[in-house]
Amino acid sequence: MYVSYQWLTEYFSMDGITPDALGDKMSRTGIEVEDVVTLSEGLKKIVVGHVLSAVPHPDSDHLNICQVNVGEEEPSQIVCGAPNVAAGQHVIVALPGARITGNVKIKKGKMRGEVSNGMICSLQEVGFDDKVIPKAYAEGIYLLPEDAIPGDSVFPYLGMDDAILELSITPNRADALSMRGVAHEVGAIYDKKPQFKAVELNEAPDDSVQNYVKVAVENAEDAPFYTMRVIKNVTIAESPAWLKNKLMHAGIRPINNVVDITNYILLEYGQPLHAFDYDRLATKEIAVRRAQAGEKFLTLDGEERSLSSENIVITNGQEPVALAGVMGGLTTEIVDETVTVALEAALFNPTSVRKTSKAFNLRSESSSRFEKGINQGTVEEASRHAASLIAELAEGTVVSGVEAVGAAKTSPVELDITLERINHILGTAITAEEVVAIFDRLGFTTKEQEGLFQVCIPPRRWDISIEADLVEEVARIYGYDRLPSHLPVTESQPGKLSQQQQIIRNTRGYLEGAGLSQAISYVLTTPKKAQAYMMRASEPTKLLMPMSEDRSTLRMNLLSGLLDDVHYNVARKNTDVALYEIGRVFYQSEDPSQTLLHEEEHVAGVMTGLTVENDWQHAKKATDFFVLKGVVEGLLASYGLKEAVKYVPMTEKEGMHPGRTAAIYLGEKELGFLGQIHPFAQKEYEVGETYVFEMNLQAIIDAAKEAVVYQTIPKYPEMKRDIALLVDEAIQHQELSQFIYEKGGRFLKDVKLFDIYQGEKIEAGKKSMAYTLTFLNNEATLTDEEVTLAFDKVQKALIEVFAVTIR
Amino acid sequence: MDLKSKLAELKQQAMKKIEEVNDLTALNELRVSYLGKKGPLTEVLRGMKDLSAEERPKVGALANEVRDSITALIEAQKERLELEKINQALADEALDVTLPGNPVSIGERHVLTQIIEEIEDLFISMGYQIIEGPEVEQDQYNFEMMNLPKNHPARDMQDTFYITDELLLRTHTSPVQARTMEQHDFSKGPLKMLSPGRVYRRDSDDATHSHQFHQVEGLVIDKHITMADLKGTLEVFAKKLFGEDREIRLRPSYFPFTEPSVEVDVSCFKCNGQGCNVCKGTGWIEILGSGVVHPNVLEMAGIDSTVYGGFAFGLGPDRVAMLKYGVDDIRHFYQNDVRFLNQFKVKG
Repeated sequence: MYVSYQWLTEYFSMDGITPDALGDKMSRTGIEVEDVVTLSEGLKKIVVGHVLSAVPHPDSDHLNICQVNVGEEEPSQIVCGAPNVAAGQHVIVALPGARITGNVKIKKGKMRGEVSNGMICSLQEVGFDDKVIPKAYAEGIYLLPEDAIPGDSVFPYLGMDDAILELSITPNRADALSMRGVAHEVGAIYDKKPQFKAVELNEAPDDSVQNYVKVAVENAEDAPFYTMRVIKNVTIAESPAWLKNKLMHAGIRPINNVVDITNYILLEYGQPLHAFDYDRLATKEIAVRRAQAGEKFLTLDGEERSLSSENIVITNGQEPVALAGVMGGLTTEIVDETVTVALEAALFNPTSVRKTSKAFNLRSESSSRFEKGINQGTVEEASRHAASLIAELAEGTVVSGVEAVGAAKTSPVELDITLERINHILGTAITAEEVVAIFDRLGFTTKEQEGLFQVCIPPRRWDISIEADLVEEVARIYGYDRLPSHLPVTESQPGKLSQQQQIIRNTRGYLEGAGLSQAISYVLTTPKKAQAYMMRASEPTKLLMPMSEDRSTLRMNLLSGLLDDVHYNVARKNTDVALYEIGRVFYQSEDPSQTLLHEEEHVAGVMTGLTVENDWQHAKKATDFFVLKGVVEGLLASYGLKEAVKYVPMTEKEGMHPGRTAAIYLGEKELGFLGQIHPFAQKEYEVGETYVFEMNLQAIIDAAKEAVVYQTIPKYPEMKRDIALLVDEAIQHQELSQFIYEKGGRFLKDVKLFDIYQGEKIEAGKKSMAYTLTFLNNEATLTDEEVTLAFDKVQKALIEVFAVTIR
Repeated sequence: MDLKSKLAELKQQAMKKIEEVNDLTALNELRVSYLGKKGPLTEVLRGMKDLSAEERPKVGALANEVRDSITALIEAQKERLELEKINQALADEALDVTLPGNPVSIGERHVLTQIIEEIEDLFISMGYQIIEGPEVEQDQYNFEMMNLPKNHPARDMQDTFYITDELLLRTHTSPVQARTMEQHDFSKGPLKMLSPGRVYRRDSDDATHSHQFHQVEGLVIDKHITMADLKGTLEVFAKKLFGEDREIRLRPSYFPFTEPSVEVDVSCFKCNGQGCNVCKGTGWIEILGSGVVHPNVLEMAGIDSTVYGGFAFGLGPDRVAMLKYGVDDIRHFYQNDVRFLNQFKVKG
């Protein structure tokens, strides 16, 4: 909503209140003012000119040489390229040295050999927006009133010296979507009472609206109040300057006097009106009803609309002539030839208007007001005021009476509230007198008795319906700066992270310590990526109306997002990337009674490029499977999981290298996987060799944990024995080490692989695995014999079961 | 020459040689040659048997004195030479200490997580619980229980990604509050909660808009909670997050789930309220939305609004991070360029 400061002065004196101060005060008290703009700011030397003559330029097919009276003794010669320039016009002249919009300076010059002392301007050139400029002047210069005095500044003639406040109005304050509403608000802030001029309307006593039209409303809920007036013998013309200026500064394009008046009334009262060309309605019957499904209607923007039963239409008894509250029809709009005007002022169902304007993507000044509510107290007054203006400006005759169906709620609503309640919610000690004074400023009549207020809310403040609304009114006028401030005093309770939250934070800490940075990727992705690297079966979840296919589906894995991140980095030459992410994946629930999706917390990581950079001391080292596995092993060790973790080869995981991928198990439960991505995936994401893991973090959080129990620091020395085994290359480390643990006796504390060899020195199909076994007895010093006994037992068992050769 | 003169001469000679010696091997040789069994001192002592009983102790004492002097000097020299040797070795080991150290590769926590954790920790210290909820929500919890019935004009304030007519990506973390209020047992004490998390709006991504972003919302419900409590809480919050000198101001606003509703400005942390590019010259930065919980919201969650009341507030960590660090494009938070992620190392 654009509010003219000068327009406000019609309601009360604004002496001593600058537009900027007003803007600031309004923002602090109730309605945010985003900007205060004066169109003339930064412009200079732009004056009224009277075109005395205009002759075609001899060397041009479109330029005219004009002699223009700019208020000086001699006329000034200005060459003008506008197609509509003509002698006798009063125009906008930028004199030499002028500054016009866009900080453009006007200089004396010559155009094709002819002197030009300045420039005759269009509205665009002095800063008006294209969308508010009347169509007749869109391609040329603008004409000022004939009584404009040459040489005077043009700013007052165009309202450009007015300050325009740009209000950002929240949905609850639709009462301020009108000048009168804003006047009430400003009045409350400054403790002034706005004065509205009484409307004088002369109705033709010899002709009645009954002779013209009969209205029927099918369902009172769709249109609780519908009125129509008729104004005959009108002359359609351009509006006077004051009206055009008001509309343009409010962001509305002037069309013709009748339409402009309906828009002016919309701005003043917030009451949308619609003017029909009565003769083209071709009926005396107006019927308001729901549209039939598939019914066609040509709106005045020239679009044919296919209607549904959600839409309320105004009909001439046969076919629609307007989409109620949204847009009129092309065939009944006011045109230059219109003689008789049927003027609609009504209330329509907000929900239906909202659905209609949404369905056709038609948001108008009118529909947005119907959606948010209308001051029911001024429907008839707005209509009277409009009729009176049409009579005045279009020289029409208003026939007597109003054809009306239904009724508006014009009486005030009474609301009770106590002083105690107000102070209890605000934490204040406001007195009853202060509260009454605040309600008075707002224009609410109040009766007070022992701290109980009976407050009468006028219909213009339909947003106020409950106690809390009144509390807000008191608070904002009283001033939030004056509220006391302290911390709540409540029964105290400890605040702490839940176990889940703590584990997630610990996971972050570990992974960052391991060199991975935290990524936060997009949850919405392509259907294909949403379904990649999945750890359980589920149908994908898609949005009804995605913004794009790329962001259409909820992820069921974290890895594809992380691989997108790797791609983004690699494409920018960040080739060494180590990232992790903790976040939800979204599965369809298996339980049909469950309305929500199954959201599961996952943790995933990616590593690519170098893990050690080449520097003056170290040779570079690329990330590999075991770098990543070390990260995962350390992470899993940090949780204190009760059950054992094991890694099982995974040869058929889609998107993964068949020989370099392992499933991660906790006991018998599969937690996730780790490994290298498949070369095809590398190609798809345009990344290099990349190692990844993803695990079900929720399963880890929920898994049984072992509490940390202090172990006595051994008093006795440990003993180590090395063993090198020549085994079949198919035998895996996990089998061997587990077997050694099982057979090593109670003193065996650790089995560590320290070497693997495969090559020329041993036979093909075999490999050498070398382990250090550490023995320790917590109670006594181990003897050589005890260790040898255990060690021999391990060796013997290995030979028997795995047919190893001890080297 | 008598023994006394011999000893004197011996001492003088030995002391001179020892003084002059400059390496440990030579020093050791001198020690052996003067003090060893075949050395001149031993020889002198051997000749004492020919002395008179009167002379013997005198010469003996002198001999001991000579030996002690020599020994002491040798020890002193040894110490000096050893120190020199060590110093030399250390000098040889000297490094160019300006050479770079071995890099320690540590990952960084995402800046948004850092901000969220900082806020969480502050409110935990004030007795709040951190409560999370589903990101895919029912219309009922996301809107209706937040006093936003279907076709309410305020639904336009939040363009929504729907999955079905009833299921959607939450547009704020408020539904977590609705769920928690429904469950909370007030006989066990007041409700003080903070709900951080990811939220979604149907927006085209550009430098200042993201279809995915974060929110942190707080809620306190008890019997005697006032707007003054809200103001005090937000003051503490502003000072902790943006510095002790910060002030706040409340401006009336509108949220369907609070009444009265206010927007909260924090005095600009960059210019201290003088006016700069961060606060667009106003001295204030809009950071939070908040208000007194709307009675409808309480009633819909089954809480008697005539007995209980409270306040709620919410803010966007993305916006906070952009303001605090001058990040000029919200997409950086989700593109995960490592050159971006690694900028937020300093934990202060």
